[in-house]
Amino acid sequence: MQNSAQGIKGDAIFRGFTLLLACSIIVILLLMTAEMVKESLPAISRFGWRFISGSTWDAVQEEFASLPYLYGSIVSSILAILLATPLSIGTALFITELAPRKVGAATAALVELLAAIPSVIYGLWGILVMTPWLQSTIQPFLIEHFGFLPFFRGAPYGVSMLAAVFILMIMIVPIITSITKEVLMAVPSSQKEAAIALGATRWEMIRMAVLPYGRSGILGAVILGLGRAIGETMAVTMVIGNTPKISLSLLSPAYTMPSVIANEFAETTTKMHASALMEIGLILLFVTLVINFLARMLLWSVTRKWKGGVA
Amino acid sequence: MILRSITLRRTANLSATLLMGGATLLVLLPLIIIFYHIVKMGISSISLDFFTQIPKPTGEAGGGMANGIAGSAIMIGMASLVGLPIGIFGAVYLTEYGTGKLATAIRFCADVLSGIPSIITGMVAYSMLVVPLKGFSALAGSFALSLIMIPIVLRTTEEQLKMVPATLREASLALGVPLWRTSIKVTLRSALTGVITGVLLAIARVAGETAPLLFTALGNQFWSKKLTEPMAALPLQIFNFAISPYEDWHRLAWAGALVLVVLMFGLSLAARWLGRSKHS
Repeated sequence: MQNSAQGIKGDAIFRGFTLLLACSIIVILLLMTAEMVKESLPAISRFGWRFISGSTWDAVQEEFASLPYLYGSIVSSILAILLATPLSIGTALFITELAPRKVGAATAALVELLAAIPSVIYGLWGILVMTPWLQSTIQPFLIEHFGFLPFFRGAPYGVSMLAAVFILMIMIVPIITSITKEVLMAVPSSQKEAAIALGATRWEMIRMAVLPYGRSGILGAVILGLGRAIGETMAVTMVIGNTPKISLSLLSPAYTMPSVIANEFAETTTKMHASALMEIGLILLFVTLVINFLARMLLWSVTRKWKGGVA
Repeated sequence: MILRSITLRRTANLSATLLMGGATLLVLLPLIIIFYHIVKMGISSISLDFFTQIPKPTGEAGGGMANGIAGSAIMIGMASLVGLPIGIFGAVYLTEYGTGKLATAIRFCADVLSGIPSIITGMVAYSMLVVPLKGFSALAGSFALSLIMIPIVLRTTEEQLKMVPATLREASLALGVPLWRTSIKVTLRSALTGVITGVLLAIARVAGETAPLLFTALGNQFWSKKLTEPMAALPLQIFNFAISPYEDWHRLAWAGALVLVVLMFGLSLAARWLGRSKHS
């Protein structure tokens, strides 16, 4: 039976071939991490912990520390998540529980399309439309009425932490919404029907049957959104003002980790400068790895056959 | 549970309903505004020159982004040559043999990988290709894009392959067709439209990527003659022109944004249409 022997041999080759390609995913992940660690070693050994706690960034003196970038990334992402989460959950509930099927499907399709718009286009709109508008209306309003708070002090520049928060919020809402929608659709209808049969109003049904069931999945979606916000580069770079200062005021320009990489990495003059930027990249990689790990764990526990990639 | 009056419960229900509807409006509003601006500014700025000319020097009116469009097409094409086979056949492995711990690890890594900021992919491509080749190049740009493509293609293709009915594959195996031929001729073939859908979505995703090209392809004001030279790309040009202080360049950036958005929506719609026609 030469034919079947050939088949078995072919199968073994095919299996090995596809396994090799599939494993490349793991190789890529390890390779990326190794490469980032290797390139940041000079900076790590020279600056140590000072790199995270200090705020000097001086390419001439070769003295680098990243606190302002860390601060900018953390503050902008967290504020954006705080604004985006209620909006996203509300929209996802509207799509799955409230809207007539066709309206829900149309809204969902629109949200999906929006998640696909490249960040450079959000940035273009942000810098040419949103920041001038913030500068002429929103920021003067905030200064006039809430200027006694430390968060709204200073002059209206337009480009600012506030602009970054807004643009990030607009960008991550579609992502959180579409994943939350998937999670909510996985809630068994028997749970919902039981609540309705007991005489619950629609809101009570959502509160008692839908949200508790989807809790960990929604948390996963929010954490995934956080990961996106922290790693978001182009749009933020275009509207945040790129000034490495730590300021409580949301109206002052700031800087984030991806932005400083985007602005300086192509034009580094010294090895140490490049290595310092690599270390910022390494911190960013580490943070996003942890965040994605957590998010995927939560999401996988909800829907075993989780759709990856697109989200 | 304390019984609350029906009026209170109804009020709570009504306000929750209004809040959900309000949230949806708040979400869709900025997005509609963004669309409006892209379409309005884009259409008023676009012309035939946009597709045939390269950018004019500062201060001169007119010019286009022909080199950026071509550059994007070339780099996406090269990234696809590497990224698509790896992603698609990796997915075949996961569907045919993917039951063990290794397969779970691969799936998990793919999901985690697709969440890594693309600027980091750019840095890795820089230190792996730009430094050794001693210069920014289209090659490095395509390499970065292919790294981004692989996990997306892998996961979407696997989803599609899993939808092929087991009976179809069993029938082929029962006829004595080896597993590898069954995979290619039956499983991949019957999921073909689905696989193409995944490919289109992956292309749509990398077509708009800017961050990984910043220090790999770098961008180019002129035509590139070789793959080892810096190359222009549409998203890079949009970025550079948007942050420039010149009104003419802003207009070109809007036109570029319109082209990019139309391209992405075209790809998404094509993907959706393909995905739908399979089930009807």
